[in-house]
Order: sequence, then structure tokens, then C-alpha cells
Amino acid sequence: MAKVLMKGNEAIAEAALRAGANNYFCYPITPQTEVAEYMAKRMPEVGGVFLQGESEVAVGNMIFGAAATGKRVFTTSSSPGISLMQESISYMAGAQLPCVIVNIMRGGPGLGGILPAQSDYFQAVKGGGHGDYRLLVLAPSTVQEAVDLMILSFDLADKYRNPVMMIGDGMIGQMMEAVEFPDKDADPKPPDESWAATGAKDRKPRIIKSLFLDPVKLEENSWLLHEKYERMKKEEVRFELYKVKPENEFMIVSYGTMARICQTAIDELEEEGVSIGLFRPISLFPFPSTQILEEATKENVKALLTVEMSTAQMMEDVVMAVVGNRPVEFYGRCGGIVPTPEEVKEKILEMQKTYSK
Amino acid sequence: MTTTASTQAPKQKSDVILHYLRPGKKFPNVWCPGCGIGIVMGAFIRMVDKLGYDRDNVVMVSGIGCSSRMPVYMDFNSLHTTHGRALAFATGVKFAKPNMKVVVITGDGDALAIGGNHFIHACRRNIDITTILINNNIYGMTGGQGSPTTPSGANSTTTPFGNAEKHFDPCDLATAAGATYVARSSVYHVPQLEKVISNALEHKGFSLVEAISNCHTYFGRLNRKGDAVSMINSFKENAVPVGKYQKMSDEEKVGKFSIGLLSETEKTEFCDEYQKVVDAHRNDGK
Ligand SMILES: Cc1ncc(C[n+]2csc(CCOP(=O)(O)OP(=O)(O)O)c2C)c(N)n1
Ligand code: SF4
Repeated sequence: MAKVLMKGNEAIAEAALRAGANNYFCYPITPQTEVAEYMAKRMPEVGGVFLQGESEVAVGNMIFGAAATGKRVFTTSSSPGISLMQESISYMAGAQLPCVIVNIMRGGPGLGGILPAQSDYFQAVKGGGHGDYRLLVLAPSTVQEAVDLMILSFDLADKYRNPVMMIGDGMIGQMMEAVEFPDKDADPKPPDESWAATGAKDRKPRIIKSLFLDPVKLEENSWLLHEKYERMKKEEVRFELYKVKPENEFMIVSYGTMARICQTAIDELEEEGVSIGLFRPISLFPFPSTQILEEATKENVKALLTVEMSTAQMMEDVVMAVVGNRPVEFYGRCGGIVPTPEEVKEKILEMQKTYSK
Repeated sequence: MTTTASTQAPKQKSDVILHYLRPGKKFPNVWCPGCGIGIVMGAFIRMVDKLGYDRDNVVMVSGIGCSSRMPVYMDFNSLHTTHGRALAFATGVKFAKPNMKVVVITGDGDALAIGGNHFIHACRRNIDITTILINNNIYGMTGGQGSPTTPSGANSTTTPFGNAEKHFDPCDLATAAGATYVARSSVYHVPQLEKVISNALEHKGFSLVEAISNCHTYFGRLNRKGDAVSMINSFKENAVPVGKYQKMSDEEKVGKFSIGLLSETEKTEFCDEYQKVVDAHRNDGK
């Protein structure tokens, strides 16, 4: 298919349709409302479901309901709205329901602002709701990648029967880039409905729940979930390397559009004779810890720098990944202020002074 | 919360509004030229001034939306809260400080969609809070999505083929839920709007004033209702005094709305009732 120029939010919406997700529930919030507005037009055209709920709390539970029927379902929101969905996200993880949730992040905490940020990393990766659960979390850095990951998200949600969250900063949602959609599967294979509530005619009823009053049963469920998360750690780690070479002295770890800004900084640093590469996690859970450790402990690497649009959240995972083998420094801006390549460069040049004898 | 210094209101009528605003710091405001929200703010300020309230004793609470920004511009104690839940915050303030005059400013989406639950429970408790709901039939701040008062069939950016849902009448809802003073007016009917705001403020118990207002930028544009002036003029044409409205047939009511005092009842107020419980059981550890 030919490339088309599209705003990130609309491309995400269209990608979901290509993945056969014909059920969308939403509540308006800047900077992702364009997904809702796009879906309001497109869903009737494809015979799908578009519903603007009365709140994000309602939307979270509408998704639960639709997911329980075995249909592909998704929602999009932004930080404060995602906070309101945490109850249902926890319930869906507990009840093993597949769904896709997109968070086009804005600055927080509280009402914060409406400009791009990456300050919901902990909420997405460490579990914003209660209980022993994990989300599979993906972070695109271009609009094209948002399209590809959106389609992948539905497959992963079905594969693990677990909510998948795609997080992008406001820039991903708002910027326009040329994207290519895969041709719609002429004969999309129907999702596995062997667990779904599809009507118990001529079979035993299926029960979808997260309530286990018997502690033995609840523990069983928690370990069952844990096994899935361990399997994700083996099978779903995704990342990308940029200019990572054996002679590198420094490595930046950064995700999302922030990583693109770091690439520019790296190109310029390279010209100034600094040997540096970028490690870009694409899956934030499972986090590419082993791979970061491997790159970080290459002989010439002196130190790592994590760059985020937050006050150092992913950095904690990077520190854990390198288990004290290398120093990890941090550079970040927040509140909607985006670090510039110059700022990143300056930080690295400073680090060079510190770490190069 | 910010507290303001108490100052005497000016005698000059034209200076009254300015006296209650937060000039310099918070202006220019975010509202589109011609938006009706400013008319409601003017009416409110004039009534607070007329009633002679000490502004240190007034708390303005609001959620998020164009309407909900109003308390930002006025120099009272103010609490700008989460989308839809101003009434819960206001309940906290009122319960902690029952002698304060607590006023909530809200929009149709804020009060009736995400805040619908808090709205009916504030009515049910009959807590002494005045709520001014600015109904412009759409979500203004986020760019024109449908709200619970977007009329069936009307366009918004999330109902591009016409709204398939039914809409709420906030006044019916409030009355049914237990509010004890319920009135509606519009930004065309300013003298009446002032009167019902004044009466609502003086009413003991939960009072609701629904102010029909224009969002010409979104509701007007998406539904071909013209500019601010033609929308405000349409309120003049479509508003019917409640007594007359009640005698109209269903067909005649299409496109019309009732204005005036819609319901007023006397019921015990929540803070008072709770105080009685305290008075009856208080023993201070003896
Ligand atoms: C939890 C949450 N969800 C969504 C939003 C985005 N939001 C801000 S204002 C608003 C709607 C406001 O509409 P309304 O109450 O009708 O007021 P108006 O702007 O029309 O005056 C929405 C959805 C938010 N701030 N917080
Ligand atoms: S968007 Fe609508 S409600 Fe908001 S200020 Fe403009 S006209 Fe008023």
C-alpha cells in the first residue's frame, strides 16, 4: 500500500481497524481526542462500535464488558484519564482479558498540563492499579512504529490474554508523518474465543472473574499470571540499537520520541569525535534488562545516560539492569518541556570530562 | 485554596465587576469572543455584590472545562479541581466549614457525564451548595465532543452523523434527585438569570441554576446555528416561561425550553442534620 501522510492519533486509530478491532470506547481528553473523533466517523463505516462513555471509569468497564465477549477492543486516553481506568485495568488483568489501551501522555501529576511528557512510565510499567499484575507495555518512537505496534498489540493481547498498553508522548499523537498500513488481512483469523463469554448453549458456562475468595485459588491465579509475565520476559523483549559499536564509550538509553532527539545529539557528538550509541527500549515491560547489561558492560563503555521527559522513572530500570557494573546518569525535562539535542550533547560532554581520565 | 483580603465593594456600579476580578494575573481569559460564560460571570458577580456577601466567606469550586474556568478569574476563595468532581470537593469544604457560602460552577459535560454521580448525590443530600451549571450542549474546552445534553440528532465531533443518544434535562434530574431549588434561565435573559442566581444563593439547601449558554465555536458551527449573537437570539425565541411551557403539547415543546423557577421545596439541610447528630451524641470523651 502507498504511504499516506497522517497525524499520529489518526494513524493509531486506523491501525486498530486494520487489526480488526471493531470495538472502541473513549472519553475526550487532550492530546488524544483526535482518535475519538476519527473513530466516530470510521466505526459506523466499518459496522463497528463507537461509544463515548460518560467518564474514563465507565470506559474502562465498557472495555471489560466487550473484551469478555471475545471481541477485539481498545481505548485511547491521556494521563488523567488513564488514572481513572486503573481499577478496570487491574480487574482485566486479574480476569485475563485481552484489550489494548493507548496512553498519549501529558505532563502530570494531577491535572498537570497538556504538553508532551513521559511521566506515566511507572504507572504503565509497575502497575497503576492494585494487585500482582503486569501490562505488556510498548513505546513507539515514530508514527509508523505506532501503527506497527498497534497492530502487534492486539496479537499480543490475544496471545497472553492480558491488557497491552501502548504509551506515546503527546508528540506521537500530534505529529504528522508518512505511514504505510499493511494491507488488511483478506481473511483475518477470528480471535480465539475458547475462553470467552459467548453464550453457554450446548456447553458448560465459562466464568470470567478476578474474584477468588479462597486464598488457595487466588494464589493459584496470581502464579498463573506470573507465569505469563515470565513468558513475556522471554518472548516479547523488543528494542533497537542506534550506532552501538564496540568502541563506544557512552550509551544513551531513551525511549519514544525522546530517543529520536537523542539520535540527533548522537550524530552531532559523533562529528565531534565522541563515540556513543543509543539503546532504545521498545517494550518497556518486559524491559530489555539483559540486553542493556550486555551492551553496558562492553569493555570500552564508561557510563550510561538515560534521557527522559520525566524526573527519572525508566532510569530505575536501567540502574537495575546494569546491577552496579557501570554508572548511570540522568538527563530529563518535564512538564511539557522537551530536552533539545543541544542539552543532551552538553550533558554527554560533561560526562566525558568526568569519566575520561 | 487561595484566600483573598476583604475589601469594601466600590460604590460605582461600573466598577463592581472589576472589583471582583483578578485583573492582571489571570487575564486575558481563555474564552472565545462572544462566549456566554462571561455573561453568567457578570450576573453572578452583580448578585454577590447586591447580597452583600463578605467575599472572604465565599468559596468557588469548579472542575475542568471552559465554564469551570470561571472561578480562576474571580477573586474569591477558589478551588479548581478535577474534571467532574467539583461537587465532591465542595461537599468536603462545606462540611468542614458549614458557615461558608459554597458555590460550584460547572459545565454540562463536567456536571452530568463524568460528574453525574456526584451531582445526584449532592442533590440527594440537600447540602447547602449553590451550583451554576452552564449548559452549552457540548464539550467546549476539548473541542466540541458530544455531552449528555447534546440534543438527540445534533452534531458534535463525536456524533458526526447526529447524536444517537438521548439527552438529559439537568433540572428534571436535579429535582428528581432531591435538590430543593431548581431554576433555569439563559444568557439572553440576564435580569431573570440574576434573579434566580440571587434566590439560589439565598436558598438553604442544594440549589441549581441551569444557565443556557452559547458555544458558537463548536455547537453553533457544527449545527449551523450561526454566530454568538444569533445563538443568543435563538434563546430569546425558544425560551418559554415555565407556567406556559407546562401547558404546551409535546409537539409544541420541540426545540423549546422552560425558564424560571422550576421547583422549590423545603427539606432539612444535610450539614444541619448532621450537627443534630453530633449535638445529641457528643460527650467529648466523658
Ligand atoms: C479525567 C479527565 N478526563 C477528561 C478531561 C478532558 N476535559 C477537560 S474539559 C472537558 C469537557 C468540558 O466540557 P463541559 O463540562 O461541557 O464544559 P465546557 O468546556 O463546554 O464549558 C474534558 C472532557 C479531563 N480534564 N480530565
Ligand atoms: S469553546 Fe465554546 S464554551 Fe469554550 S469559550 Fe469558546 S465558545 Fe465558550
